[in-house]
Amino acid sequence: MFDFSIVTRWFDELLRGTLGLGDFGAILIECVIVGLAIIIGYAVLAIILIFMERKVCAYFQCRIGPVRVGWWGTLQVFADVLKMLIKEIFVVDKADKLLYYLAPFLVITASIGTFSFLPWNKGAAVLDFNVGIFLVTAISSIGVLGVFIAGWASNNKYSVLSAMRAAVQMISYELSLGICLISAVILTNTMQISGIVEAQTGPWQWLIFQGHIPATLGFLVFCIAGNAEANRGPFDLAEAESELTAGYHTEYSGMGFGFYYLAEYLNLFVISGLATTIFLGGWAPINIGIEGFDALMNYIPGIVWFLGKTFVVVFLLMWIRWTFPRLRVDQILKLEWKYLMPLSLVILVLMTVCVAFGWTFTIA
Amino acid sequence: MKLENKEFGFERFADEMAKLKKEQHFDYLVTIVGEDFGAEEGLGCIYIFENTQTHERCSVKQMAKQVGDDYVIPTVCKLWADADLLEREVYDFYGIKFLGHPDMRRLYLRNDFKGYPLRKDYDMDPAKNMYTTEDDIEVDTTTEWNLTADGKLVATAHKLFTDDEFVVNVGPQHPSTHGVLRLQTVLDGEKVKRIYPHLGYIHRGIEKMCESYTYPQTLALTDRMNYLSAMMHRHALVGVIEEAMGIELSERILYIRTIMDELQRIDNHLLYTSCCAQDLGALTGMLYGMRDREHVLNVMEETTGGRLIQNYYRIGGLQADIDPNFVANTKALCKYLRPMIQEYLDVFGDNVITHQRFEGIGAMNQEDCINYAVTGPAGRASGWRNDVRKYHPYAMYNKVDFEEIVLTNGDSMDRYYCHIKEMYQSLNIIEQLIDNIPEGDFYIKQKPIIKVPEGQWYFSVEGASGEFGAYLDSRGDKSAYRLKFRPMGLTLVGAMDKMLQGQKIADLVTTGAALDFVIPDIDR
Repeated sequence: MFDFSIVTRWFDELLRGTLGLGDFGAILIECVIVGLAIIIGYAVLAIILIFMERKVCAYFQCRIGPVRVGWWGTLQVFADVLKMLIKEIFVVDKADKLLYYLAPFLVITASIGTFSFLPWNKGAAVLDFNVGIFLVTAISSIGVLGVFIAGWASNNKYSVLSAMRAAVQMISYELSLGICLISAVILTNTMQISGIVEAQTGPWQWLIFQGHIPATLGFLVFCIAGNAEANRGPFDLAEAESELTAGYHTEYSGMGFGFYYLAEYLNLFVISGLATTIFLGGWAPINIGIEGFDALMNYIPGIVWFLGKTFVVVFLLMWIRWTFPRLRVDQILKLEWKYLMPLSLVILVLMTVCVAFGWTFTIA
Repeated sequence: MKLENKEFGFERFADEMAKLKKEQHFDYLVTIVGEDFGAEEGLGCIYIFENTQTHERCSVKQMAKQVGDDYVIPTVCKLWADADLLEREVYDFYGIKFLGHPDMRRLYLRNDFKGYPLRKDYDMDPAKNMYTTEDDIEVDTTTEWNLTADGKLVATAHKLFTDDEFVVNVGPQHPSTHGVLRLQTVLDGEKVKRIYPHLGYIHRGIEKMCESYTYPQTLALTDRMNYLSAMMHRHALVGVIEEAMGIELSERILYIRTIMDELQRIDNHLLYTSCCAQDLGALTGMLYGMRDREHVLNVMEETTGGRLIQNYYRIGGLQADIDPNFVANTKALCKYLRPMIQEYLDVFGDNVITHQRFEGIGAMNQEDCINYAVTGPAGRASGWRNDVRKYHPYAMYNKVDFEEIVLTNGDSMDRYYCHIKEMYQSLNIIEQLIDNIPEGDFYIKQKPIIKVPEGQWYFSVEGASGEFGAYLDSRGDKSAYRLKFRPMGLTLVGAMDKMLQGQKIADLVTTGAALDFVIPDIDR
């Protein structure tokens, strides 16, 4: 398996040794490059996801989706982004200007922040702390703030209603999300994301196999809660267009709206990426204990595994979104507090018992 | 039917009306027609009732009493709840004040409108009511009028909402009102406390226009009310004129009209199921319906040339004969549609979330449905047998075999199922007729200038979302003296307040979707 840290070490060596830069210079340059890489990756993925969603939903709905701009509509999203970039940004009269401008940045910050935690390949995790999981949940919570502030600052009744719904929903679902993550931590014995993935290499070592029943349940709960956390159907009642026009971002135009749009799709990717990382082995290839097969699988680069698995989860979530009707706010809360939350607690206990008694699935 | 009006006189009116409801069981107020009977007779109203047990109909004529410059009639809105909006409509157009009605505001026109436009002496001079770009005056009080013992008219003001109530305007521009309807909604958190409908954003004065148009000219306007029931609307209008003139139609015309009505009903119901899905955020469910609606429209288009505005019926028959391919296409359509209807249920109707969102939402029992005149599938979902096709048959409906879909719960879920099941019944009707369309004329030749003999007629058809009626008062002229339509949606919107009190704001969208109203039909 190719270890990306070879590249990063070489580059670090290049800066420090060959160019003779000190700590400050070297780290500064590295940070800038990594930051740029993240933002470019973020933008590229957003474009891919938006295109994917449009095509996927079109085929679900017996349509063909965009086909006019570029071959098979491939340039459609670029055209849309361009349009959004050149649109006027206007402020609503009597809006709270500071908060109104601040909110999209909070949302995009939270989104990029969590995005940076994803392990792309062996040795290619950007933010990799020993409290990684903990930090991911912490940073993702900033997004709620952005949504709530946007609704509040817009001076629009629909937006306020939507913001209240969004806050209530996102804060609630963060609980089951967090508890599912903790159950993974129990199994792998680490909070560091690279460590969690590392623990999933080897034959049948993906957590969903290792932790069998509790991990499978955990994966399902994580997907449901994650879908709600990303504000997507059937949990998209914060932006329920048939009730609240566009919800908290009704009053945003141009890139203000663009940021919400971007963040929505990237949150989908982040949630799928996290689900992949935690339960489906991240960049770890599927190994079944037969040497020839495993060697072949290991030959496929980790980033392909990671993106492949993530996009499968993304497709699943899109499938759900384009099939189900929307829930009502009380039904969403009922689902979380009466079913998902107790269930995730049960998973936590089950997982602890399994780990304590060594009932996990491991081929030594 | 030709109207034979009962008259009670002003003093006995209130008592007799109460008797009519309580003793003679005329518990369904079909409509109230305001009318200016001319300089000698003055202003008055015609009330049309139905006895929901025997389906017998009767009408009452009541002249307004003049008090100073005002005209007054005692209200009946305490007896029949749908009279609330109907009386406001009469007040709006004729300035008849209904004594004891708690909410005498204008319904369709702006609050700053001067005069009452459907009075015969109304001055049409545009300078009298200049077009304005100013916002309408927002009132938050309303007036109740009463006569004192010594015959004086006194006003009592009522507040619409208190200062600390959270009022959200759903509409006039809102994705789920399916047009320009404004529901001023008083909220307590997410809970609905009260709904005040504001109508008239697409009011075109069709009834006023009809008074100056010749009869054939009036036909063009009906398609533009509920465009999803265009055929049925036209059917009601030509029906009332043909009945008044005593035109005998050929079998062929009746067959084709019945088939077209049912195709239109399927078209409407497909759009209805789609919109239900869309309003609940299930866009895929919506597009399934839209896909198949396309096939229905194609079949109709080949014959009528129209997809939304059909322009097909005319006085004495049809605009043109059916297309040579019509029979084959319709049969293919019926064959295609049957399995598809199950698909809507698979993708949306039988989904557990749909059930959660629909069951028990916007429920109304049979008694209230009759009281609020919630006709059509919405009323039948509560068990009220009100299908005009069954009880006041027209065209071929008494010769075909079909089932009147009646359910019991009266909630949004049953309304949805009622529409789904009605589609099968419509297919049944079409299949019974399509093979046997007899030869004959598709148009019975009429005189170049159509004049209708003197008298008052009311003719109603089963529109896609309720009873649609046309009232015609003819004075033997080449245009109607008074033409009034009973819209399907007005009473549905009037019932929303009662249905939704205490439910969530999201249920407002659900209930609206499940009721199936179209705004141009309400506003006319």
